[in-house]
Amino acid sequence: MSRRQFWNRVLMHVLLVPFLLFAVFPFYHMALTSLKSDRELYDRQAVPLLIRQGVTLEHYTKLIRESEFLTWTKNSLLVTVLATVVSLVVGTVAAYALARLKFFAVGSFGTGIFVTYLVPTSLLFLPLAQVVNWLGLADSKWALVVTYPTFLVPFCTWLLMGYFRTVPKEVEECAMVDGATRIQALTRIVLPIAIPGLVCAALFAFTLSWNEFIYALTFTSSSDQITASVGVTSELIRGDIYFWGQLMAGAVLGSVPIVILYVFFLDYYVSGLTAGAVK
Amino acid sequence: MAIGTLPVPAVARPTWRTRMHEWLDREQNLGPLFITPALILILLLVAYPFCMALYFSLSNAFIGRPSHLIGIRNFVNLWQSDAFRQTFQNAFVFTGAAVAAKVVLGISLALLLNQQLWFKRLIRGAVLLPWVIPTALSTLGWWWMFNSLYSVVNWTLIALGIVDPPGPNWLGQKYYAMTAVVLVNIWRGLPFFAITILAGLVAIPKELYEAAQADGAGPWARFCYVTLPMLKGVLAIVILFSTIFTFSEFNIVYVLTHGGPINSTHLFATLSRQVGLESGRIGEGSAISLYLFPVLMFVVYAQLRYVRKQVN
Repeated sequence: MSRRQFWNRVLMHVLLVPFLLFAVFPFYHMALTSLKSDRELYDRQAVPLLIRQGVTLEHYTKLIRESEFLTWTKNSLLVTVLATVVSLVVGTVAAYALARLKFFAVGSFGTGIFVTYLVPTSLLFLPLAQVVNWLGLADSKWALVVTYPTFLVPFCTWLLMGYFRTVPKEVEECAMVDGATRIQALTRIVLPIAIPGLVCAALFAFTLSWNEFIYALTFTSSSDQITASVGVTSELIRGDIYFWGQLMAGAVLGSVPIVILYVFFLDYYVSGLTAGAVK
Repeated sequence: MAIGTLPVPAVARPTWRTRMHEWLDREQNLGPLFITPALILILLLVAYPFCMALYFSLSNAFIGRPSHLIGIRNFVNLWQSDAFRQTFQNAFVFTGAAVAAKVVLGISLALLLNQQLWFKRLIRGAVLLPWVIPTALSTLGWWWMFNSLYSVVNWTLIALGIVDPPGPNWLGQKYYAMTAVVLVNIWRGLPFFAITILAGLVAIPKELYEAAQADGAGPWARFCYVTLPMLKGVLAIVILFSTIFTFSEFNIVYVLTHGGPINSTHLFATLSRQVGLESGRIGEGSAISLYLFPVLMFVVYAQLRYVRKQVN
């Protein structure tokens, strides 16, 4: 590397610093607040960017002992896992049909899926609340298991259609010439090849449903039915006094499952993000 | 043994199993079967609620009371409400400012990420982080950062000498509150722009730059005459996507300001929730959320008409 190239590269890193600070600082500050003692937290002379008077886990222990945080997390996990599995199965078969099979109205159905993918949840939550009532699921986490696939299935279908199209048709035809049925060709040939796509769809479905807020806020309200996001934003705010340490501890812990997935599957997130939009 | 009496092997009658396999092997059978679950879901939980929203918006529906059709009165009467007129204006200011900033910053960030970097994975990971964390929870973090007494934003600005103590009350003053809401939206949406535009940048053939350089084009000219035209397709898609999702934003406003102070940050989604659920006027609430519909239609139309054609 020549000297000029070296300094050029250093300059690029320096230019990136503001972007990185902007992206990461809120999380740093969140984690910092959750580990600070109340005395330092509410000391207006203290420097808010550091912990000077010792790290404490008291906000975390209080959060877990005094609130229903663990129940909310369990609800979130249950809803997210079930909605993800259902959407993945429904989305996989639909995507296969749209990518590979020729049948009546396949084109318009594909367009329909795409349009549904664009419909924002904030357009439908009012009437969906009525539908949830009629289904007898008012104020139940099961309402979320039923409604989350409405935005997950179009997403998974759209993403997987792209992946299925990259599997060469010939591979599948070979298997069928050798006597495999179409379903066998799908389960034994196409799906194993499309595993990266399936992982990607599963990750995104998991992330989207873990992060969902407006449906969870509208369809559930009892303390034993709500999800982590709703619990932390509504139940931890009591009256006019905010327990900032606990709130931030809740926000940190509520993000942990996603961060763990994220650290392990970063490349899938990057490829899925672009595929979902560009394909 | 006479010729012609060779034993004919008995043809096994097809069992229902093989017949089912044969039936399933036909594309015109398997295809509809495979899309049925998705179709039922969409009809029942998307199309039907959408029709209900249309019906509600044309009625005087109120929680727990029989409703009557009243025509388009909801849509018209909304214009007499200050809250709605303010919301309408907010929606355009919010979307315009946020999307414009995300385009400019997104292109800049993508150009930087496309350079030779030492900690590529780590940097990408950090850039994408705001997009994967639950918005409601990360917005709580911003809420605390904008707190009127302990705002770390103000502390930093004061320490840098940019504002005088005590600094603005971010969420309590009209224009500052809107700025804060837009800022958080930019923060959360920038990764999507940057990463998608980066994918577009990577796809531009190197030869184009070499040819431009050979013709004497400087960095700025190469950006204007090579990069931007080649990014046109990706940019169009990203902007359309982002427009619909920014326009229908709910989480950030709900957590950060609840639409206040005095409706100055309400968007269609948050106002429709307040009117439709908190005050129980479902008809009016549905009418408000349906004001999102024209924008949705436009985006769908543009996507289907121009963008998909270009990409294919």
